[in-house]
Amino acid sequence: MEWDFLLVQALSGLASASSLFIIASGLTIVFGVTRIVNFAHGSFYMLGAYMAVTIVPWLLELDRSPTMFFVGVLASAVAVGLLGVAMELLLLRRIYRVPELFQLLATFGVVLIVQDVVSMIWGPVEIPGPRAPGLRHAVYIFDQRFPAYELFLIAVGPAVLALLWLLMHRTRFGVLIRAATQDREMVGALGVNQAMLFTGTLFLGAALAGLGGALQIPRVSASSHMDLSIIVEAFVVTVIGGMGSVPGAFLAAMLIGQLQAFGVLVFPKITLVLAFLLMAVVLVVKPWGLLGRPEAASGRAVLPEGILDPHPLGRAGRLLAAAAVVAVLALPLFDAYTVKVGTEVLILALAAFSLNFLVGNGGIVSFGHAAYFGLGAYGAGLLVVKAGLPMEPALIAAPIAGGAAAALFGFFVVRLSGIYLAMLTLAFAQIAYAIVFQWVEVTGGDNGLVGVWPSSWAASREAYHYLTAVLTLGAIIFLRRVIHAPFGATLRAARDSAARADAVGIDVRTHRWLGFTLAGAAAGLAGGLYAFSKGSIDPTLLGIPMSVDFLSMILLGGIQSVMGPVAGAAAFHAVKDFFMPLTDYWRLLLGLSIIAMVLVFPRGLAGAFVSRRRGAS
Amino acid sequence: MAERVLEVTGLRAGYGPAEVLFGVDLHLARGEVAALMGRNGAGKSTTLKAIMGLLPPRAGSVRFAGREIAGLPPYRIARLGLGYVPEDRRIFTDLTVAENLAVGRRPGRSSWTPERLFEVFPNLAEMRHRRAAAMSGGEQQMLTIARTLMGNPEAVLLDEPSEGLAPVIVEQMAEAVLRMKAEGIAVLVSEQSLDFAAAVADRALVLEKGAVRWEGDVATLEADEGVRRAYLTL
Repeated sequence: MEWDFLLVQALSGLASASSLFIIASGLTIVFGVTRIVNFAHGSFYMLGAYMAVTIVPWLLELDRSPTMFFVGVLASAVAVGLLGVAMELLLLRRIYRVPELFQLLATFGVVLIVQDVVSMIWGPVEIPGPRAPGLRHAVYIFDQRFPAYELFLIAVGPAVLALLWLLMHRTRFGVLIRAATQDREMVGALGVNQAMLFTGTLFLGAALAGLGGALQIPRVSASSHMDLSIIVEAFVVTVIGGMGSVPGAFLAAMLIGQLQAFGVLVFPKITLVLAFLLMAVVLVVKPWGLLGRPEAASGRAVLPEGILDPHPLGRAGRLLAAAAVVAVLALPLFDAYTVKVGTEVLILALAAFSLNFLVGNGGIVSFGHAAYFGLGAYGAGLLVVKAGLPMEPALIAAPIAGGAAAALFGFFVVRLSGIYLAMLTLAFAQIAYAIVFQWVEVTGGDNGLVGVWPSSWAASREAYHYLTAVLTLGAIIFLRRVIHAPFGATLRAARDSAARADAVGIDVRTHRWLGFTLAGAAAGLAGGLYAFSKGSIDPTLLGIPMSVDFLSMILLGGIQSVMGPVAGAAAFHAVKDFFMPLTDYWRLLLGLSIIAMVLVFPRGLAGAFVSRRRGAS
Repeated sequence: MAERVLEVTGLRAGYGPAEVLFGVDLHLARGEVAALMGRNGAGKSTTLKAIMGLLPPRAGSVRFAGREIAGLPPYRIARLGLGYVPEDRRIFTDLTVAENLAVGRRPGRSSWTPERLFEVFPNLAEMRHRRAAAMSGGEQQMLTIARTLMGNPEAVLLDEPSEGLAPVIVEQMAEAVLRMKAEGIAVLVSEQSLDFAAAVADRALVLEKGAVRWEGDVATLEADEGVRRAYLTL
């Protein structure tokens, strides 16, 4: 390998680092001040690109000059900044005090809405952007051609860093942002109107995301899936750099940029895995990131809400449970379609129950539970399709696959807490997704694999329904017993105060790790059952939308209720199954529903029911 | 009787299901220093937080400068001229001394400037460009007071200023309180140490189990062993 080639490789690493930093800096500033991890930051990035492919060509019609190009880019950034303001005023302002999980979900609701709105306005086809006048040529770096626009991008990152530094240190707004990043309540007690500060911060953060997106248009076409791919990268950068730290984001973006530029030479397919490995190493050595600091104790207004005192089912509860079991057993009396939906509900109920085992009982907010569900499905599916094994051993392998992955990832996850933990679970899930997606020879890539059929005795819909019922209900009853057992109480103790649990002699990490593994195994079983019910597997089983579906189910059921997630899964899946074929805008509907749930029923349907009953008695 | 700048009646507040204040009544005259005394857990800090709006009052009235402020957000209360100095200091350690003061500045009013504050707190002047994280506990406590004064308050709620500080710093704190009084600022200081209260305050209010149980001159409180034993000593 020639050294001039390495130089060019390093330069292109710097160019992508620069772009990544611009986006991540906005995310980290918004998080620092509002303490909200804004999923929609990726949507702002995408909107920046779409705005720019609309505005810039129009301006270039007037005058084909570099000035017009950059005026268009900046105008796009400002327009996106204003959308950020709208999001703050309409949504974020109402959820500053709700638990982090709900904040994440609500901002993901915005992601879903924006996806549908973008395809309504700009259509499903990718839109290529114009190239920048004056920067269309390539320059020669020794013998290697290198695009001039990339050189320009290399300069933009440090320029933005310098401007942000000036803003943060030389203006009152910037000083207030830094003060609020540390202690926003105290800033309020000194007479600063936080609402204005937060609105201004959202403008800045969203405008930076929009700028990042607009600057991309000469390199990549605007497309409707650029939001989720960039947001995961931006999460990784902010977590490595330390959430809330702009210089940290710069440092982390540079590291990731170089890692990817050179990693692609060594391991062409697993650059995302490299970024993840870096993140895992950094978080184990410095749990708050390179330049981050531990969350200040003050200003944490939200206590984790979860399962408080699990008690044996009362008479009403037993009747309800018996009715549910009878309904499950009686389903095959109805038509085949109802049986299919019923089977799916049972499977999703187990997945949701295992997630709430973590979230509600353990306070471990996993944002990537679909990874274990999906790996269970792939574990079972690959054994059948590639190894030619029958269903029975494959269904034994499914929970083992889910549990093994959860044990591996959980080893890192349980070292963290709160929002860092959620980010890490999300990153792990994306790693699993990337592996399944890219390892085409084994997994079939995007298309997945077909031919995952049950053994002949379980091949009929009815027989498979009963098999699923026995396994899922058995697993749910088992997990429920674990919640009631001392092990479950230990997890709740660790959830409510890790330090105090530690002080009375509980090995918090080991218990949480075991809990995480157990939940992963249960999700893996659900995934295996799902694979056989569909006859196929594909990467969407591991995707973020799947994780969000699970979270929506437990939110709907109420995370403070033991059995709520089962009801939540049933309600969610029934509604989804009914409405999805009727509308082209399912994501819009789902996004709005998630936001409405967070705003109106933060305790879930079961929670709302319980508090009404308590209020009445 | 002097005009009352702050008047609290029947104030109730608490955390979640735990009630802490069961109807606190107190007032503060213009330019007066009053000490809010009581044991740990009596509700001193909670009273100050509830007045400031940091903890929403559940019932009762808080009138400041002739206006009802119960239920207003803290920033509105601060802008009306009520300053708050928290007990755990809570300075912005990432910011320099000068930047900490800048956060406290209320654009529009300007009788306190950094220069005047540096006269009162000469230690701070020497380290105005130092990051607050690199200051000693006593210097940080000075900075919290200076930061609140930057808002040009008419009255200040000062929470446990002498807690955990070396005796020489405690003396400086007492001087700072007297200096505020000399500037005409009313101060409600929560305090466990009777010595500190006697050094700065005109009047004492003794809090026990979430209500004011005794009120009078500090000198009387010092003399009355019965009251001290009932509400203050351990």
